[in-house]
This record gives sequence, structure tokens and C-alpha cells, in this order.
Amino acid sequence: MTVPARLNVNGAPYSVELDPHVNLLDAVRDAIGLTGSKEGCDDSECGACMMLLDGKPVNSCSYLALQADGRDVTTVEGLAEGDELAPLQRALLEHGGVQCGFCTPGMLISATALLRNNPDPSEEDVRIALSGNLCRCTGYDGIVRAILSAAAAGPAV
Amino acid sequence: MTRTFASAATLEDALDALGSGARPVAGGTDLVVGARQGKASLPEAIVAIDRIDTLGGIADVDGGLRLGALVTHDEIVANRVIRERFTALADASAIVGSHATRAHGTIGGNVMNASPAMDTGGPLLCFGASANLRSASGERALPLEQLWIGPGETAADPRELLVRIDVPAPAPTTGSAYVRLEYRRQMEIAVVGVTAVVRLDAGSVSDACVAITALAPTIRRVSEAEAALIGSDGGDEAIAEAARTAASGSSPITDVRSSAEYRSAMANVIARRAIVVALARARGEHVPIPASAATYASVGGTST
Repeated sequence: MTVPARLNVNGAPYSVELDPHVNLLDAVRDAIGLTGSKEGCDDSECGACMMLLDGKPVNSCSYLALQADGRDVTTVEGLAEGDELAPLQRALLEHGGVQCGFCTPGMLISATALLRNNPDPSEEDVRIALSGNLCRCTGYDGIVRAILSAAAAGPAV
Repeated sequence: MTRTFASAATLEDALDALGSGARPVAGGTDLVVGARQGKASLPEAIVAIDRIDTLGGIADVDGGLRLGALVTHDEIVANRVIRERFTALADASAIVGSHATRAHGTIGGNVMNASPAMDTGGPLLCFGASANLRSASGERALPLEQLWIGPGETAADPRELLVRIDVPAPAPTTGSAYVRLEYRRQMEIAVVGVTAVVRLDAGSVSDACVAITALAPTIRRVSEAEAALIGSDGGDEAIAEAARTAASGSSPITDVRSSAEYRSAMANVIARRAIVVALARARGEHVPIPASAATYASVGGTST
């Protein structure tokens, strides 16, 4: 049996009918069609599926979609202003923080959550905040430098 | 059976749903992950309790704590009273999962999941916490050592919902710490964890609790380790004896995270770190939260 729900994703309302067991990641990717968020481990280990739920980071693979009914969801697609990349996105490109790109949507969301909480983080703060997000390409240094430089350049989120 | 989902607006709605066989979900951080890992499939009937306002909030009641079941780990870490007087609990909540887990994961879910590796369990046990369980037919308070009866198993009836956790006021001059062995800073589960809560009076230890995590089928106190501390001056010899006995009180398993032998060996090390930090805090010294990270560097002259 499906249950009707209304998800507000990146400021736009979507009316969906969902099976009670569907997670937020599948609802956003399959029912709504926003495929930026990725399924890595499906086990809350890797953070590739990270979204913001009412402004707070959530591993969307491990959150029931129906619990997000009426709440505000932000995915990587919601970070840019139209065609203009967000400062964090530009910094990630400039500092070599992207290689295969699979972890990038979750990294960006995780970093956005960090900088909203702590606009002037230390390198240690960044590394701890991102340690729920796995990257198998970059070795993390470029990602950390990008976030620190975006924070130093002024309000990045 | 058809899959159903309801979001309860009130406690009564939730208790009615539990009475009809539904299972509760709050942050989902254990329930959904457990289903993905094949531990247990998701319940056919689910009642979400995360919108029941009366289940939230941290209250200071005569120096003790009243923790609503929906209080998140983030809220615990940010709470000034908990950081100052129930420091081991802040140590624990600060290292649960990642910032995503701490934003949505609740203390109620952590306690009712009854994992022998849960971080907040040892601190709550040592502070003498009890679970307030409610059902359509009444309520009862169960001390946590009676609530946890095995790995993932509680003494609660399926129709009962944990509504809050009550923690009595600790004595003044009490210091506490929770330290775990971890392979990774976030999204980690304790390989071995130890909680120490000590009270100092005129330079000697007048009361102590030592609890072990991920070292037995449930989180439990080790009275021999406590006895080694009580009446002592809290010096190196007493600490070493307490740590040794804490380790010998364990009955660890071998699993994907560690061999039993390694867990036993590390129990001594982690117990020593937790006791050293708890004593330092009881003396009024500042050791940052979480204690686990603080003990990577030398604390109180003990680096191991």
C-alpha cells in the first residue's frame, strides 16, 4: 500500500505516493528524479547520499521517506543559484577536490552543514565533520583545502 | 499483511498504534540501517513518533536530568548542564555516528536498540538512569540494568514506548568520562568502551562506577574495578588495579571488528584512560569533550 506525501525538495513541492519502506534517497532519485545524491554503501557508512533535512544533515539512505512529509529537503542540486555554482562548489573544483565525483554531492552537503554551524572551522573541525563522508580518489587533502578556502573567503553557504 | 505507516501526532496515538502491533521509528538511524544490513527486516506496520512534541526536551529537575526520548545527540552535546555535571554522557553523544547521525538519532532510540556497543549506555548506567515506559494501560520506571537483557533485547513489552529517561543528580565533586577504542573518528561503533564515574572527598575516592561497553552481552558495571578505586587516593596503583579488574570482568566476542583477545587486552588500556580522565575532572581539571579524542594525546601523565 502506498501513502501520499509531499516533499519540499530544494524549495519545490512534490506530491508523491510512497511505499512505507522506501527511503528518502530512493524517493528523491526515483519518484522525483533528482539523481545528484548517490547510493554508495546503503548502510550509513559513506555519506554519498547525504542531504539536508530541515537544514540538518541526514544520511538519506537510512531515513524513511514518509518521515520527511512536509519537511524541507536540500540536495546537491539545490546548492547552486541557477547556473552559478555556490562558492563551495567552485572551491572544490579549484582545489582538486573532485576526481570521480561520486562522493562530491554528499561532501558538499556535509560541508554546507558544517559551515552553517561553524563558519570559521579549523582543519581538524573540517576533517572530523567530513569523516562520515568517504572519498576513494582524492586523499581528502584537496577537499579539506577547498572547504577552508571557501570559509576564509567569506560566507560560503 | 499490508505495509502501513502512520505519523503519530500525540503520545496516545502512538500507544494505540503500538497496541495494534506497529513498531516505532524516530530518527531511523538504527532501524533502517539494521534492515539494510539484514539484522531484521523493516516492520510491516510503522508508527513515526518524531513529531510528538511532548517527547522532546532536556529538563534539569533538582540537579538531575529528565531526557525526553526524542532528545538528539546534538542536543545532549550542546547542553551546558550535561557537559558540566554528566560529562561522560556528553563524551558519548559527541562521538555517536557522524554529524548526520547526531542531528537525527535520539537517546530513546539508542537506549531501546540495546546494543552492547552503544556509546551512551555506560554513562547512563553509571549515573543511575531509569527508563520511563508507557503503554495504553499504564507506566513504569525500569532501571537500565534491568531494561537491557541481552544484545538488542530489552525487558520492555512491544506495546510499551520509552517516553523519557530520568537521571538522578550526581554528588558534587563527581567527575566522569566515557572513552572508546575506535578505528575511525566518525560513523564508528565502539570496539571497546569504558565509562568511569568517580567521586572525590578530601583527596580520596568515596564512590565509583566503572562500566564496560562492547565487552559483554549487555553494558554492565564491574564491581571489582569499582572496589579497587573506592577508599583509594586515586593514584597510579589504584588506577592500574581498577583497569586490570575491569578487563577481567569482560567476556568479549570475536567479530568482524575485533578478536576477543584484542578486546580483552584493550579493555585494560581504555579503562585506564577513562578512569584517569574521570579523576582529573573530579579534581576540577579541564579535559575537552569528547574524552576519546582528548586521550589520543597524553592525559594526566598517562599516555597509554
